[in-house]
Amino acid sequence: MSRSLKGAMSTLLAAVLCGVTATAVAQVNAASTEAGRIGLGRAATAIEIAGWDIDVRPDGHGVRKGRGTVAQGQDLYDAKCASCHGTFGESNRYLSIAGGVKPDDLKTGRASALKSPDGLRTLGTKLNYATTLWDYINRAMPWTNPQSLTPDEVYALTAYVLHLNEIVPANFELSDQNLTKVQMPNRNGMTTDHGMLSVKGKPDVQGSSCMKDCVKEVKITSELPAFARNQHDNLAEQSRPLGPTRGIDTTIYDASRSAAVPARAAQAAAPALADPKALLAQKACTACHGLTNKVVGPGFNDVAARYRDKADAVSYLVKKIKSGGEGVWGAVPMPPQTALKDDDAHAIAKWIAGGAR
Amino acid sequence: MNSFREKSTRPAGRVVPAPENHLGAGTIRLAKGRRSFLATGAAAGLAAAAVPLAVRAKDAPLAPAPWTRSLGAPVVATGYGMPSKFESNVQRRQSPGLTPQPQASVSFTPLQNLFGIITPSGVHFERHHSGAPEVDPDQHRLLIHGLVKRPLILSMDDIMRFPSVSRIHFLECGANSGMEWANVAVPTVQYTHGMLACSEFTGVLLSTLLDEVGYDRKNAKFILAEGSDGSALTRTIPIEFALNDVMVVYGQNGEMLRQENGYPLRLLVPGVQGVSSVKWLRRLEVGDKPWNAREESLHYVDLMPDGTHRQYSGIQEVKSVITTPSGGQMLQGKGYYEITGLAWSGRGRIKRVDVSADGGRNWQQARLQDPVLSKALTRFRLDWNWDGGPALLQSRAVDETGHIQPSMPQLRAVRGTRSIYHNNAIKTWSVQPSGEVWNVQIA
Repeated sequence: MSRSLKGAMSTLLAAVLCGVTATAVAQVNAASTEAGRIGLGRAATAIEIAGWDIDVRPDGHGVRKGRGTVAQGQDLYDAKCASCHGTFGESNRYLSIAGGVKPDDLKTGRASALKSPDGLRTLGTKLNYATTLWDYINRAMPWTNPQSLTPDEVYALTAYVLHLNEIVPANFELSDQNLTKVQMPNRNGMTTDHGMLSVKGKPDVQGSSCMKDCVKEVKITSELPAFARNQHDNLAEQSRPLGPTRGIDTTIYDASRSAAVPARAAQAAAPALADPKALLAQKACTACHGLTNKVVGPGFNDVAARYRDKADAVSYLVKKIKSGGEGVWGAVPMPPQTALKDDDAHAIAKWIAGGAR
Repeated sequence: MNSFREKSTRPAGRVVPAPENHLGAGTIRLAKGRRSFLATGAAAGLAAAAVPLAVRAKDAPLAPAPWTRSLGAPVVATGYGMPSKFESNVQRRQSPGLTPQPQASVSFTPLQNLFGIITPSGVHFERHHSGAPEVDPDQHRLLIHGLVKRPLILSMDDIMRFPSVSRIHFLECGANSGMEWANVAVPTVQYTHGMLACSEFTGVLLSTLLDEVGYDRKNAKFILAEGSDGSALTRTIPIEFALNDVMVVYGQNGEMLRQENGYPLRLLVPGVQGVSSVKWLRRLEVGDKPWNAREESLHYVDLMPDGTHRQYSGIQEVKSVITTPSGGQMLQGKGYYEITGLAWSGRGRIKRVDVSADGGRNWQQARLQDPVLSKALTRFRLDWNWDGGPALLQSRAVDETGHIQPSMPQLRAVRGTRSIYHNNAIKTWSVQPSGEVWNVQIA
């Protein structure tokens, strides 16, 4: 009995040992050979992949069959898109999807607006390929109901947005045959000639290693104006009330403070009163209003002309600026400028009422 | 260089030292509405009413606290512990007016109140493009296809069985400090630098998965990563990154990812702007050309003064910021302070950090806290004795490639003020004699 048991045990032991060895060898192979795989997951079929493989590349990779006209796109756009993006794609609540493209840009492939400091940054002036527009509408729009559009609808909407940017004519039909051929106004406006592509890239700006007497004079060039003190709410409640520091209580203006503030506050406000034009740019009014021309809203000179003889023009305009309005100058509504300080609104209104010069 | 705030004789919200320590938060709240009372020198009486235990007796034996003479909470009072109720100020926050919709927005990490280098997952900054979806991990799948021999569908069970790695890396949004290109715009380090976090991530190296599907070694040049959220966000990842240290991540700081940070699966591209670390990851496609996705053509491109946009500008270059003392904080009287902050580089390790208290005239080398890891936040510290006068605090980091963090004027000279992205300039905090610290820029 003992002999046969011993024999059985040694066989078992050998088997176990061999098994261990075999497993170890298999693991080494799995890690070291291309053929060896861990073997997790399951094969994806072509039909399965097609369900999620929705990306479209500038070179035509992934382009879907379909077609749609500018006219079809307009109907869809007015129904599904205009509420956020504006009737003419002008909404500056989000990235404007139209505006700023100059006729010459289509020839050069460089959006000239981007070269000027206050130039409009819109889909039209920034985007380099139409495929990206198609891809994005298809994958992510409408914002609250993404991936609900058919390929034909996406073609139609893409065509309409291109038309809003004066890239294709009103009778244009966009399809899988011509999507990659659309010449965008900023197609030559991108560069990869910079150091941030790769870990080994060469930085374009190098700091100084100076340790002593590095600068002669230090001048403060920018600080938060007094009115912005509490703009991010009370900083005392945004810092742990324990340890070496406390958050500043920005709700408090005590006597010593308000005595100290005016000189500087007046200085900060002074440029706004003296030069409301600076305020217009700073508050982004000029995104929608030109000084002497219509952009999305009317030019300031036109507003000034209309209310020249209105006795309460200043208070009327303050109200319009703060509360917004619709229908006076066309269908595009002016959103209420609730973040604008009363003083600033007043300064702008006074400037307009005074002739906008 | 002095601002009006220095003329303020008695700053608002100043903490009054009690005999053995500063007053606590409760007393400060009580004192807020009664400044004149405090100012007349009746502070001792007020303090006595608020903190009888600690303050009342001038020279008497310390009395046991109420919590010393009673029973505390049982274990599992909360199955998942939360910070002390006294820590309620330490929160993620939005910058008012920055974005029109909270689902396509950003919240900022409260860097001013964090220690060390690890960001607690609950205050890790958020950036969503179509809100944070609630993804069912049982139903979630990762599809890997394109230029591969074996397109695969992986469940979370599959992915969590692969050989795993844990690594500490920072995540910084490309637009971090983007509001500061032209001028100062926001008051605290939470808003100037808070699209920044650092975590220990656990997951599978992307190279492991690429081997598993048998990627085309000759033609594979780029990988498309796609989220399963409503924006189905896509980014192009160069293959050199993918084969190096990119991870497919499910773990963060010892637990699963939080919903707002990509639960149950996200990509992590160390050292590269956060948008590439696609959250709620559902698909990886191996390809031979970049995709020019919306978030790499309309956004996340850097506008240069000549009107060109820098595209595929991924690397987050060397950067640092002082977190204490920092904007919106108030120093509690003259004397010793530890200046401390964070430094990081998308190109590797931090080699050195210098600190200046006089607006960059003179610099002193700071101490670096171990561990100093590649593409991770590094904590630096320097002793400082505040003499009560005005000071301009700055930090300047150098990474292992020798890249020195530039000043704001140096950066602007090359990139202008419209870049939005990749502002890695030296940050200046102005300490005023009142003790208040404010965000400024200097030349």
